[in-house]
Amino acid sequence: MNNQKPFKTLLFGFAFSPTLDANIMEVTRIAYYMQAKLVLLHVGEKDAEKEAKIKALLNSTEHHDLSIDIQWKPGDPYEVILETTQAMDIDLLVLGALQHEGLFRFYVGSIARKLTRKVVCSVLLLIKPSLERIPCQHIVVNGLDAPDTPEAIGHAVYMAHILQARQLTVVEEIRQQEVERVEDDKSLKRAYIKKERLTLREDNRVKGVLNALPQDWMVNINLKTQSIFGRRGYSIGHYAEVVRADLLVMNAPLKTRLWDRLFPHDIEHILSDLPTDLLIIRPKHGN
Amino acid sequence: MVTKEKKHITFAKDLPKNMFSGFVVSLIALPLGLGLALASGAPPISGIMAAIVGGVVMALLGGSHVTISGPGNGLVIVILATIMTLGGGDMYQGFLYTLAAIVCSGVLILLFGFLKMGRLADFFPASAIEGMLAAIGIGILSKQFHIMIGNNGATGSIMELLGKIPEAFVSVWQSMDSGIWIVATVGLISLAIMVFYSKLRNPYFQLIPAPMWVLLLSVGFSYVYIFLKLPFPLDASYLVQIPEDVLGNLARPDFAKLGETEFILAVFSITLITSIESLLSIKAVDKLDPANRRSNVNRDLKALGIANIISGFLGGLNVVVVIARSSVNVNNRATNRSANLFHALFLAVFILLFEGYIKKVPLAALAAILVYTGYKLATPKNLKKIAKIGTEQILIFATTLITTLFTNLITGISAGIVVTLLIHIVMNRSLHLFFGNLAKPNILMFKEADGGTFYISVKYFCSFMNFYKLKNKLDAISEDETVVVDFSMCDFVDHTVMQGLENYTDTFAKKGGSIEIVGLDKHGTKSGHPFAVRKVLPLNRIKPIEQYLTKRQRLLESTAKEFKWQYDPKRNTDTQFLSDFVFFQNREIKYTYNRLSGPEGKFNLFDLEFTEGAFIAKEVVKTTVLHYSLEDAIPVFSLDKDGLMRLLYNLAGFSDIDIADHPDFNKRYYLSGPDEKQIRDLMTDELILFFESNPYYHVESNGKSLLIQKKERLLSVQEIKALIFYGQQLCKLLRSPSFVGR
Repeated sequence: MNNQKPFKTLLFGFAFSPTLDANIMEVTRIAYYMQAKLVLLHVGEKDAEKEAKIKALLNSTEHHDLSIDIQWKPGDPYEVILETTQAMDIDLLVLGALQHEGLFRFYVGSIARKLTRKVVCSVLLLIKPSLERIPCQHIVVNGLDAPDTPEAIGHAVYMAHILQARQLTVVEEIRQQEVERVEDDKSLKRAYIKKERLTLREDNRVKGVLNALPQDWMVNINLKTQSIFGRRGYSIGHYAEVVRADLLVMNAPLKTRLWDRLFPHDIEHILSDLPTDLLIIRPKHGN
Repeated sequence: MVTKEKKHITFAKDLPKNMFSGFVVSLIALPLGLGLALASGAPPISGIMAAIVGGVVMALLGGSHVTISGPGNGLVIVILATIMTLGGGDMYQGFLYTLAAIVCSGVLILLFGFLKMGRLADFFPASAIEGMLAAIGIGILSKQFHIMIGNNGATGSIMELLGKIPEAFVSVWQSMDSGIWIVATVGLISLAIMVFYSKLRNPYFQLIPAPMWVLLLSVGFSYVYIFLKLPFPLDASYLVQIPEDVLGNLARPDFAKLGETEFILAVFSITLITSIESLLSIKAVDKLDPANRRSNVNRDLKALGIANIISGFLGGLNVVVVIARSSVNVNNRATNRSANLFHALFLAVFILLFEGYIKKVPLAALAAILVYTGYKLATPKNLKKIAKIGTEQILIFATTLITTLFTNLITGISAGIVVTLLIHIVMNRSLHLFFGNLAKPNILMFKEADGGTFYISVKYFCSFMNFYKLKNKLDAISEDETVVVDFSMCDFVDHTVMQGLENYTDTFAKKGGSIEIVGLDKHGTKSGHPFAVRKVLPLNRIKPIEQYLTKRQRLLESTAKEFKWQYDPKRNTDTQFLSDFVFFQNREIKYTYNRLSGPEGKFNLFDLEFTEGAFIAKEVVKTTVLHYSLEDAIPVFSLDKDGLMRLLYNLAGFSDIDIADHPDFNKRYYLSGPDEKQIRDLMTDELILFFESNPYYHVESNGKSLLIQKKERLLSVQEIKALIFYGQQLCKLLRSPSFVGR
């Protein structure tokens, strides 16, 4: 990953909901930190009252000198947003999550979930947009052995850099299948040795990834690696919740077939129970 | 490392011990084997055959160490029912069909072993299993009671047989047949021996186990008649029957009913009870094993499958790992599987050499042994124990028990599972909690970077349905490690899990490790029992938490006693004294609880709950802190390692301070405060050495007091002790003359 801004254009699809003002505050803040162009898209007819409302909101934001483009397009939200991301060459799609009634738990709605799977750009899911800035302290990123991981770690370091987060934890998920099944004392001993070896191997791999990144991004960041034992792609969400991280950065799932939706795994579980803000990195091919 | 050679030497050295232990066990196995077979409606020799085959095969191929295998209590009801339904009136033909079912269930169990289904027994609620065992006990007792008092002709279902017991007494009383009178006397005396055996603390008497006394005395009794040259008063129908040529007359399984529904159901019942009883026994015996070894349950299952196939073909009953005989084995200091082999060999010797004596054993004597066993399984004490855990457990227990008695074992245990699940759903008023989250991986485990404690967090719910997930994680930890299981993100924990965790805690404690459960203090319960169901209370129903203390709270209580401190579990909403710490500046402290206070109230350690952010960004955090009121004022400062709080401190007007000549300290810690000079004066070399050489704690001073914490979560009691020690050392250092007056 080179020293450039990875996100140049942001798209946020907005609706006139009670959380609109918090959403707008949050998304303009993000655009400011990323120094990116912000596209606000409303799926629906444009009318004077709505336009006045959104203009007024934008005027009340903390950062005024942003490049903001407001679009109004009628149609099916899913189709319209999908088309716009492609037509406008969007780098990052920002979506709001929904909250379970009466619970401090968040999930991704059906349209957003479909978008998350289908769009070709990275996706940022926000669980709790806030009017005031809540500083981002701790970012958690997956370190699993996948082709897109260096990209995800790179983006996480970049986010930590621009948001001035103090702590970045690279989480290596060690799969049960890789460790020996424990049946008695002997297999327990073998499993321990195997785990140690895997942890070392993973640590080394992550170190390699980190060394390839621009070092000036990492000056003020406290970097840590942590091996966890749980279901791949899911337990990292649980970990982020336990350590109360502010942002979780993950690879995009490689493929989703019908099978994956019937028997949810990986990212599907996290989408149904979002622990923190979630950034899904999907590198643009051809770049 | 123990070399192979050394292992052989220990094995040879331990051989006499194991041989003796095997001998003692065989003394019990002989009467029990005969009796259990009779109670199952099978020829008595089939019980002995099962013990011999089981002992040999399990000793050679098994994965557990000090267990004994043979015919089990649990199979009595199943085998009896199978013989009756498959035989359709012809008991012997039914027995041959049953042998075929045993062979088939052996194949299934072997398959379970290869599929690594040693977890099977984990899916049954603890109270349902208790109910099932009680039903088996009542089943054995109901039939054997009649035989014990000479009423051999009694037939009917379990409940009918129970109802006929008073009638049977009357008919024996009125009987003109002196034979029946003698039988009843033998039976009742035998029962008395079983009951009072453990109360007679005579070491010579205790050399022979109670069931063997019953056999010896009843056989001896027949010799009295021979000695007096009187005709033996009992006719053959009251005595054990063994074929003349044991080896030549082995029964062969009859596979004629292979495809029939009844047969398939029988195979499933036998498989279910054999595997559950065996798996439970293996787990229980592991806890008794003085060498603290882990049994390989999957390997045991495979061996059990093979043993059952062989036993079925040789005319033996099904082989089960049995708890009672195994515990006798452990008590007689068996050290390895050879004891099981010796027990089998001694049985073979008995049956070949003492065949004539065995034929003189009255059925009533064996029945008395079984009546006692049945009573032990169904003792009202068990019900009392369960009732203490919670009223809902009685419902589960009773449903399983009654359904099993009136229908069969599979229906009974299924009813128990369904009722447990319904109770859980009603208690939580949520179907979604269970079915929405069942498929989700709800357990996270990681090894904490500092200190190497294993931290396990459980989400959503933890009950018999998904306990195996938690068990998988716990099994992967060596028992000499420190584990913290955190339930603070979990809404509901059931009795099966609490009991299961207690077992793990015991095992870890035995091997030098520890498991501590945190995050349960706020879960409500209706019962004071440590294994009671616990669920998060809805906000409007918050009750005083001190009503029933959790195990952690009771440990805190005893820790307080150790330190001669005070312990108070009550919530305290007076949190003013904490508000001028920068750490709590943007955080709202709701209350403190579980307070431990030191002499003169200077040291205070407590759990506290605070919220971060507001409205939908609100997060509730529970953590444990140590607060110390200083005698002399010291500068305001904070010592932080991760630098996570740096922003907050900078906002509060703190600036980062580097101490000269301590580059390593500067690199590792973020020291900050408003007055640089004062802090530099405070940080003597001695103090910096203290910080560097101790594990990291977050320390903040507000000028008048210190706030010390380990991490932002509830601490286990061990961690609390370490925190107190650290705090005391630090404060001693600060109080020492070199600091006073600064």
